[in-house]
Amino acid sequence: MSFSLAAAVPAAPVIDWAGLSPLLALLGGAILALIVGLAGPRTIRTQIVPLIALATFGATIGCVISLWGQSIVLIEGALQLDPLTLILMLVICGGGVVATLLAWRDQAAEDIAHGEFFSLMLLGAAGMFVLIASRDLVTTFVGLELLSLPLYILCAARVREERSLEAGLKYLIIGSVGSATVLYGFALLYGATGQTGYSEIAAAIEASNLATDPLFLTGVAMCTVGFAFKASLAPFHQWTPDVYEGAPTPVTAFMSVATKAAAFGAIIRLFDVAVRPAAEAWQPIWIAIALITMVVGNVGALRQPSMKRMLAYSSIAQAGYILVGFVLITDLGVQAICAYLVLYSLGNLAAFTVVIARERETAEGDNIAALRGLGTERPALAVVMTISMLSLAGIPATAGFIGKLRLVEAAAAADYAWLAAVLVVLSVISMAYYLPVVATIWRGETQPGTDAASGVPVLAGGAAEAEAASGRAGWELTLVGVVLAAAVIVFGIIPQPVFNLVASAARGLGLS
Amino acid sequence: MTIHLSIILWLPAAAGLLALLLPGRLARWISLLGSLLVLAYAITLLVDYDRAAGGLQYVTDVVWIRSLGIHYALGVSGLNLVLLATTAVIFTASALWTLVDEPDHGKPGIYALLMGLAQTAVMGAFFAQDLILFVVFFDLMLVPFYFLIVIWGGPDRTRAVLKLFMYTLVGSLLMLVGAVTTGVMAANGGEPSFLLAELAKTPLGSTAQGWIFLAFALAFLIKMPSFPFHGWMPDGYSNMPIGVLAVFTAILSKVAAYGFLQIALPLFPDAAVEYQELIMIVAVASILYGSAMAFTIDSARLVLGYSSIAQLGFIVLGIFAFDGRGADGALLQATNHAIVAGALIFVVAMLSRRAGGSEKLSEMGGIAKGAPAFAAVFLVFSFALLAMPGTANFVAEFMILLGTFESKMTFAFIAAIGVALAAFYALRFYISAMHHRVGAKVSSFELTPREGLVVVPLMLVVIALALYPQFALKPAQDGTSKAISAAQQVQSSGSDTNATTGGPTP
Repeated sequence: MSFSLAAAVPAAPVIDWAGLSPLLALLGGAILALIVGLAGPRTIRTQIVPLIALATFGATIGCVISLWGQSIVLIEGALQLDPLTLILMLVICGGGVVATLLAWRDQAAEDIAHGEFFSLMLLGAAGMFVLIASRDLVTTFVGLELLSLPLYILCAARVREERSLEAGLKYLIIGSVGSATVLYGFALLYGATGQTGYSEIAAAIEASNLATDPLFLTGVAMCTVGFAFKASLAPFHQWTPDVYEGAPTPVTAFMSVATKAAAFGAIIRLFDVAVRPAAEAWQPIWIAIALITMVVGNVGALRQPSMKRMLAYSSIAQAGYILVGFVLITDLGVQAICAYLVLYSLGNLAAFTVVIARERETAEGDNIAALRGLGTERPALAVVMTISMLSLAGIPATAGFIGKLRLVEAAAAADYAWLAAVLVVLSVISMAYYLPVVATIWRGETQPGTDAASGVPVLAGGAAEAEAASGRAGWELTLVGVVLAAAVIVFGIIPQPVFNLVASAARGLGLS
Repeated sequence: MTIHLSIILWLPAAAGLLALLLPGRLARWISLLGSLLVLAYAITLLVDYDRAAGGLQYVTDVVWIRSLGIHYALGVSGLNLVLLATTAVIFTASALWTLVDEPDHGKPGIYALLMGLAQTAVMGAFFAQDLILFVVFFDLMLVPFYFLIVIWGGPDRTRAVLKLFMYTLVGSLLMLVGAVTTGVMAANGGEPSFLLAELAKTPLGSTAQGWIFLAFALAFLIKMPSFPFHGWMPDGYSNMPIGVLAVFTAILSKVAAYGFLQIALPLFPDAAVEYQELIMIVAVASILYGSAMAFTIDSARLVLGYSSIAQLGFIVLGIFAFDGRGADGALLQATNHAIVAGALIFVVAMLSRRAGGSEKLSEMGGIAKGAPAFAAVFLVFSFALLAMPGTANFVAEFMILLGTFESKMTFAFIAAIGVALAAFYALRFYISAMHHRVGAKVSSFELTPREGLVVVPLMLVVIALALYPQFALKPAQDGTSKAISAAQQVQSSGSDTNATTGGPTP
C-alpha cells in the first residue's frame, strides 16, 4: 500500500483474515459454546459443550500449524504474527486441551453452567492470543484485560465454596491493581515517546535519547511492576498461592501454563522490542526480580501440606527460572524460554491431573495426604505423579532437565554463567518439596480409612455430598496423565523436536 | 571384534523392565541373569580390549541433541576397562544376595527395575565420552537410589534420602553449569561440542577453569564422600538396604574418583595444578578424619562408611600427586576398595544375623566361635581393607604413597599415618565382632551355603587381585598417563613461567 493512495482514499484497515484465524476460531468457539450451553437436555450441556471447547482448541492448533513459519503484521500494526506468537499459542492451546479434559466432569463447570465455563476459558485463550501477538500498547492492554476478566470469573466458578469465591475476589482485586499499574505505565511511555507502536517506541527512544529520561523510566518501572503482578513474580506474587489453592483445580492448571506463557510473551515483546534501547536501565532490575522470585518460590514451597499451594510456589520458582532466560536479552534466551515453557508445561499439567484425580477419589482434597498409598492403589497415577515431580525438579531423562539445560546453555553463552549457577543451586532447594511427594506415594502407607472431614467450608445450600470422595476419577484423567508423563520422558530423551520447534522463536524480535 | 557398548549399557535396564513384568521370584532371577550377562560382556571386553594399542576403543558416537552439540558418545579406555568389570561384579553380587539371602521384601519387580537402571546409569557414566552425557548419567545414577531407599530403606529413610539427594545435587548441578560453560566457551561463538576429546584440545582460560574445576571437584568430593562434604553419609548409609548399600559404597564413589581422572584433570589442567594442594589437604583430612571415626564408632555399617571416606582420601591423594605411579595406584585401589567394601557390607548383614539383628559392634563379639569358615572369609576382607602386604590394596596404597612422596612429601608423611590407622580400625572391627566376650544376643552359626555363594566369589576376586595386580594395573597405565599428562605439563612449565601470565598452555 503506497502512501499517496492511503492519503487519497481513507480506506478501512486491511485485515488479513487468514492470519487472524486462531483468534477467530477461539472467539467463534466461545460464542458457540455459550449458545449450546443453553440447550435443554443435560447431556448436551455436559458432553457436547466440552467437546466444542476441545474442538475449538484443536481448530486453533490447526490454524497455528497452517500459519507456521510466517511473520506477518496484522490489522495495521496492532498484532504481529510471528514464530513467537505461534509457539506460545501452541503451548496455550495445548494447556487448553488438557484443562478442558480436566474440567469435563468437574464440579466447577457444573456450578456456573458448562456453557459459561468453557466459553470463558476460550475467551481467556483469545485474550492470550491478543496479548502475545500485540505490538502496540493499546492492543496489549486490550489483550491483558480480555485474558484477565474470564479468569477472575473462572477462579470463582465454584460459587458454593467460600475458598473459590475468595480466590476469585482476591484475583480480581490484585489483578486490577496490576492492570491499572500497567496502564499507568503505558500512559507514561506514550507520554515520553509519543508513540504506541512497539517498534516506533524503540525508534523514538533512540532518536531522542530517552534512555535516561525520568518520565520514560517511571513508565518502564510501572510496566515492570504491573507485569510482575500478572506473571506472579516475587515480590508481587502474594496472591498466587491463595488463588491457585482456592480456584477450581482445572482452572489452576490452565492458569499455571497458559497465563504464564501469555504473560512471558507480553513481557518479551514489550521489553525486548519496545524498550530494548533502554536495556541498561531495566536489565539489572529484572535480574533482581529473577533472583528474588527463585528464592521466594523455592523457599515458599517448602512444607506446604496443600499440593496446590506447593505447585503455586513451584510455579513462581519456575517463573524465576524462565526470567533467567529473559534477562539475557539474546536470541538463545528467548528460544530457551519457549523450550522451557513447552517442556515444563508437560510435567506441570501432569501433576495437576493427578491432584484432580485424588481430589475426586479421596476426602483429603488437594492435601498431600491424598497421595498416600497411591503407589499400590493407583500405580498408573503414581508413576505419572512421580515422573512429573522428577521433571519439575529437573532430574535427567525428563523434560524438565532439558528445559533447565537449555536455560543454562543460554545463560552460559551470554556470559551469565553465575546466574545459571544461582539457578541450579536454588533448584536444589526444590528437591526438598518435590521429592517428599514422591516418597509419600511410594512409602507403602495406605489411605487411613475414610474420614469425611475435608476441612473445606461449605456455604449454606452447598451440596455436601458432592464434596465427598466419589469413587473413581474419570478415565480421561488417567489418559491425560499417562500421555503427558510419556511426553515428559520422550522429550527428556529426544528433545531435538522441541528445539526445532523453538529454533525460530526470536526471529521477529531482532535480537542478536 | 566389534562390541556394541550400547547393548551392554542398556542391558541391565532392559532386564529390569522385563523383571517388572514378571511375577515375584522370577523377577529376581531375571535381575541376576541380566547382571550375569553384563558380567560376561564385561569380561569379554577385558579380554578383547587391545592393550597394545591402548586408547579409546569400541567407540560409539552419534549426535544426540543437535542444537546443543551433545553427542551420545561411548568408549572404553584403560581408565574405565577394569572399573566396568568391577561394576559388573558388584551388581552381580548384589543381585545374587537379593535372590538367595534376602527375605521377600515386596515389589521385587520394581526393585529389579531400579537396580537395572542404577547399573545402566553407572556404566553410562563410565562409558561417556561426552561431557554432558557424563553429567547426565552422573545425576541419573542417583534417581534409582532415591526410590530404592524410600521403598526399602530403614526407619529414618525419608529424611536420609532427602539429605543424600540435596547434598549430591548441589555438587552435580553446579557441575552441569560448569560443563555447559566449558562447551560454550570452548566453542567461542561457534557450534558447541561437548566431546571430551574435542574439549581437551582447547583448554579454557585459567579464570574460567578455576571455578569450573572447583564445581567438578565439589561434585566428585560430595559423591565419594570426602571430609568435610560427607554430611549425608551417616544417615544415608544407616538407612540403605544391604544390597543397595553394597552397590552404593562400592561403585558410586568410584565414579567420582574416575571423574577426576577422566574429566577434571584432562580438561582443566591449569586449575588442577593450581588447586592441587587444596584437594590434597581435603584428601589427607579425609584419611585422618575417616580413620579416626572408623575406630570409634559403634555401628558396623558406619565403620565401613567412615573407612570409605579414608580410603577414598587415598585415591584422591594418588590422583592429585600428578605422578604416574600415584594415579595407577589410585585406579587399582578403586577396584580393590570396591570389591572389599562391597563384600564387607554383606559381611555386616551376616554379622547382624548372628548378633540378634543388631549392627552394633558392642552387641557382637565371639561370633568366630562356631563359625570358623565365616571368620576366615571375614579375615581375608579385613586384611585387604587394612592393606596387609600381600594384598593388592597394599600394592595400591604403596604406589599412591610413592607417587605422593615424589611430588608432595609432607602430604605423603601425614597420609602414611592413615595406613597405620587403617590397621587399627580394620582389626578393631574384626576382633570386636568375631572375638572378645560373646555378645548377649549372639548365636553364632557357620557360613551358610547361600551366604557363601555371595561372599566367596568376591573373596576369590580379592585373592586373584592380590596374586596378580598387574592384571588391573597394566591396562590402567595407558589411561592414567594420558589423564595426568596435561596437568604434568602445566606443572613442569609452571615452574619456569611467571605465575601472573597464567594463560593456558596449548
